[in-house]
Order: sequence, then C-alpha cells, then structure tokens
Amino acid sequence: MSAADGAIAPTESALLTLREVTKSFGGLTAVNGVSFAVGEGAVVGLIGPNGAGKTTVFNLITGNYQPNHGDIHFTGQRLNGLRTHRIIMLGIARTFQNIRLFQQLTVLENALAGCHYRMSGGILAGMLWLPTQRRVEKAAVERAVQELEFVGLGQQTLTVAKNLSYGDQRRLEIARALATQPRLLILDEPAGGMNEQETEALIGLIEQIRARGITILLIEHDMRLVMRACEKLVVLEHGGKIAEGSPEQVRSDPRVIEAYLGTEDEV
Amino acid sequence: MKPRLDWIGAGLFAALLAVAPLFLNAYQVDVLNSIGLYALLALGLNLILGEAGLFNMGHAAFYAMGAYTAAILNTRYQIPILWTLPLSGLVAGAFALAVARPVVHLRGDYLLIVTIGVGEIVRIALVNDVFGITGGANGIFGINRPRVFGYIIRRPEDFFYLIWGCVALTIFLFLRLKRSRFGRALNYLREDATAAEGSGINTDYYKLAVFGLGAAWAGMAGTLFAAKMTIISPESFSFWESVVLFMIVILGGAGSIPGVLLAAFLVVGLPELFREFAGARMLVFGLVMMVMMVVRPQGLWPARGHQGFSLAALARAVGP
Repeated sequence: MSAADGAIAPTESALLTLREVTKSFGGLTAVNGVSFAVGEGAVVGLIGPNGAGKTTVFNLITGNYQPNHGDIHFTGQRLNGLRTHRIIMLGIARTFQNIRLFQQLTVLENALAGCHYRMSGGILAGMLWLPTQRRVEKAAVERAVQELEFVGLGQQTLTVAKNLSYGDQRRLEIARALATQPRLLILDEPAGGMNEQETEALIGLIEQIRARGITILLIEHDMRLVMRACEKLVVLEHGGKIAEGSPEQVRSDPRVIEAYLGTEDEV
Repeated sequence: MKPRLDWIGAGLFAALLAVAPLFLNAYQVDVLNSIGLYALLALGLNLILGEAGLFNMGHAAFYAMGAYTAAILNTRYQIPILWTLPLSGLVAGAFALAVARPVVHLRGDYLLIVTIGVGEIVRIALVNDVFGITGGANGIFGINRPRVFGYIIRRPEDFFYLIWGCVALTIFLFLRLKRSRFGRALNYLREDATAAEGSGINTDYYKLAVFGLGAAWAGMAGTLFAAKMTIISPESFSFWESVVLFMIVILGGAGSIPGVLLAAFLVVGLPELFREFAGARMLVFGLVMMVMMVVRPQGLWPARGHQGFSLAALARAVGP
C-alpha cells in the first residue's frame, strides 16, 4: 500500500488534515500512511469494507488512540498527543458506531453533557447553588433543548435515554455532539440500524447541519446516503487509502469496485 | 412518588428524628449517633461510588486521616476540636488526591483492590506509630470535648444534634450538588467515561475531584468521631468499616440519598436492636446481602431513573 498517492500538505482551506497517519496494534497495522483533508463546510464520507480501519481513523482524530506516525491538524493546530476532551474543546464533536449514550440519564441530561465544557461552576458553586450557577444552568438547558428540537427530540426531553427507539438514540447522540458547538462533526455510521424513513430523515438532518456551517466527516455503509450526502469520498481498504474523490469518480474506480466486490479469481 | 410527597416525607422524618432524644435513653441516642456518623461517611462515599461509579473500598482510610488530624492537633497543640474540622477535611482530601492520582484511571475491580490496599496501609501505619505521633495500637486519648459558644458538648443528646445537624447540612449541600454541572459530570463518568470524554468532559479531573471531595467529607466525619469518643485507635478504622460503608451505599441504592440514609439505619441500627442474637449476626447479615443482590440489585431505595445500576456496575467490575 503506497502512501505517496495522497501526500497532502496542510492547506489553509482545509479544516482537518491527516498526513501519513499510521497506527498499529501489536503486529496489526490498522491504519497505514493515510492522508486526506477535509475542507471547511464540506460533507466528506470515509468508506471501505469492514475492518478497513475507518473507525480507527476516527479514534485517531479524536485522540482515543495516538498515531504511531504522521500528523493530524485541525485549524492549523496539531492534535497529536492531546487528550480527547481537549480535542472536543477545539471544535470537533463525534458520535459512536455502537451508540454510546448515558443510558440511565434523561434525554436532556445527555444533551447537557455537550454543553458541559462551555459552562462554569465547580463543587462550591454547585453545592451553594449560587445565582451565577443558576444562570449558567438555565442557559445550558436552553441551549440543550434547542439542539434537541433541532434533531426532533424536543418532546422527549425527560425520557430516559435507554427507552428511546434506535433511530432516536442516534439522533440524541448527534444532538449531544452538536451541543458542544463544533466546527467539525464526525459521525460513525449514523444510519446504522435505521430503517428507510429514518435514513431519509437523517439525510435531511445532515443537510440542515451543513447549512449551519458545520463541516461533516462520516463513516457509512449505506451507499445511497453516502452518494447523496457527501461531496467527497475517501476509500480505505486494509488500513490504506485506495481512492479519493467525488462520489462519481470513486464509484467508477476499479480499485474500489475490486475492494467491494472482490476479483474474479477470489470468487 | 410525587416530589411534594417526597418533601412531606422528608419533613416528617426530620421532625421525628429531631424529637427522638426526648423519648430515648442514652444508649439508644448513642446508637442514633453512630447511625448519623455512618450516614455522613456513606453520603461522602456515595458521591464516589454511587454518583461517579468509582469503586472505593478504602473509605475508612480517609475517615482515619481526619480523626487523627483532629486528635493530634487537639491533644498536641490544644486547638479546639471543632476548629480542626476544615483542616481534617483538607488533610483527608489532599491525601486522597495524592493516592488517587496514579490509580484513578483504573477500572472497577482494579481500583477496588488498590483502595483496599490503601486502607490497609493507613491502618498499619497508624498501628506502627508512624512519625511517632499516632500513639501506635493504643491510639490517642484525652481529646477535648467540643465547645460551641461556651457550651460543652458532652451528653449523647448533645452529640446527637451536632452529628445530625451535620448530616442535614450535608444532605442540603449534596442535593444541590447532584443537580449541578459538577454532579451531572459524575453521572456521565459512571454511565460511560469514553462518551463523557468524547463530549468534552475532563474525566480524569472529575475522578480526582470526587475522590478528594468524598474523602474530605470522611475526614470531617473523623473529627466528629474523635470528638465523640475522646479516644481513637486504629481498630476503629479497619477494613470492615470500609466494607460496611460500601454495603450501605450499594444496599440503599447507589446514588440515592434517601437510600443511603435508610441503609445506614438498617446496617448500623439493626445489629444493635438484635444484640441478643449477636452470635448469628454475621450470618443474618451475609444472608440479607445475598438475598438483596439477587432480588433487588438496584438497592432498597434506588435513585430515580438509575434502576439496575448497582447490578450493572458489579457485573462490570467482576466481569472480564
């Protein structure tokens, strides 16, 4: 897998840049010299067969893993070595492939988690319930409710998260991510487990998020969603990048077709 | 239950408790005092174990730090015992931060074992008269009675109002803390630390902060204990104390303040009621715990919306 085909220098227009990023776990190289850039305001899809290293790339961007080689830059700042919450505070928010909500907490409390780092108030302010704390909490609740209404969960603020339908849980995760007021939103299989109508609604939601000026990077297996929502695709296979370009270019790329359908002699 | 009913119930309970010393003998009031101290300790542990889901079975170590700080300051430097309250809290809290810092990233069962170790180290250090100031196995005696506005607190009834006043203040403060930004952060931590970190929350900071806070509360409870007993020794801070506190939180319903109070009454009060069956006490105790964990794992009085946490957390802790 050559890494030379995608050597991108951090450019000013790019919000997020990965350069020659490699991550191995013991003997297994999960991500191998991957480079790509996400321009401000774009919707970029990261696709590839199962086990291609897509989620690992996400975990590298948000600091859950540290790359062995290569650099990740966001708005000109190097992300390597930063802890996850620091990266979130810089303006990247994410959702998880296997939904990670605070199951026992209410929808509102889940969304409030996203507001957390922009709020103030520690132990003393909380115990004494000072007027400043009250104001901060009120503003945060308003902000959280706004995001819940945006994703269509405005009527269910006091429902316990685990009692939501699968599609609603995915939407709540997006609301929690949006509540951090990100510049870049990373969605890991947002349509996973959704039915057709829910997927359709999700495409609409992605459009709306983009209209707010938020850049989106997503992993998705649902090709209809990918082809409709994304303007640029990055294709991974066995940890390496095999193609990059518009959906039309990628769709007709022989290497992509081979990765997805296999070669004749494999069959 | 409706919130208003909750408050009526809490008010009735407080009123009943407030007049209880008028009808009880000194021994019975003393039992209530013990319950109050355990409630105070368990409320602090509840922040760590119930709200944040961090397994701490060494809470007695922080209790001991507070009690010994108060006792040493009082007997050596003649500082009035109640004045040592904030300092005992600070010492216990600082100690907790120091020991928790390298281990707080550990998960469930690993953290549990480390905290057991910390508890034992503290107890053994006290027995061995560390720095020559803890009095070894005999402990420290001759701690002064506390004095409030010139009134010397001496009788069990006096201590009753001091201790339960502290419990009431603690509940007042912790109820507010629970619904604040800080309290929510603890719940995020318990539910899913990865998701919390992924929402921009500095999970390491909150783990340390809650350890410090819970320990500081134990330290202050230690001061009250030293003042009440006038003599303290390492055997009051054994591993068993940590286990009992852990049990109170899990039995009552992790994260539930009324649950913790109820369990403190049951775990500390019931053995006193059944003194004549002292021989079978541990047997009954063990059986009750087993039945509880099978039949009602969420605790006697679980926190709203947190059903099943204790079982889930225990399963996580013992699982792979």
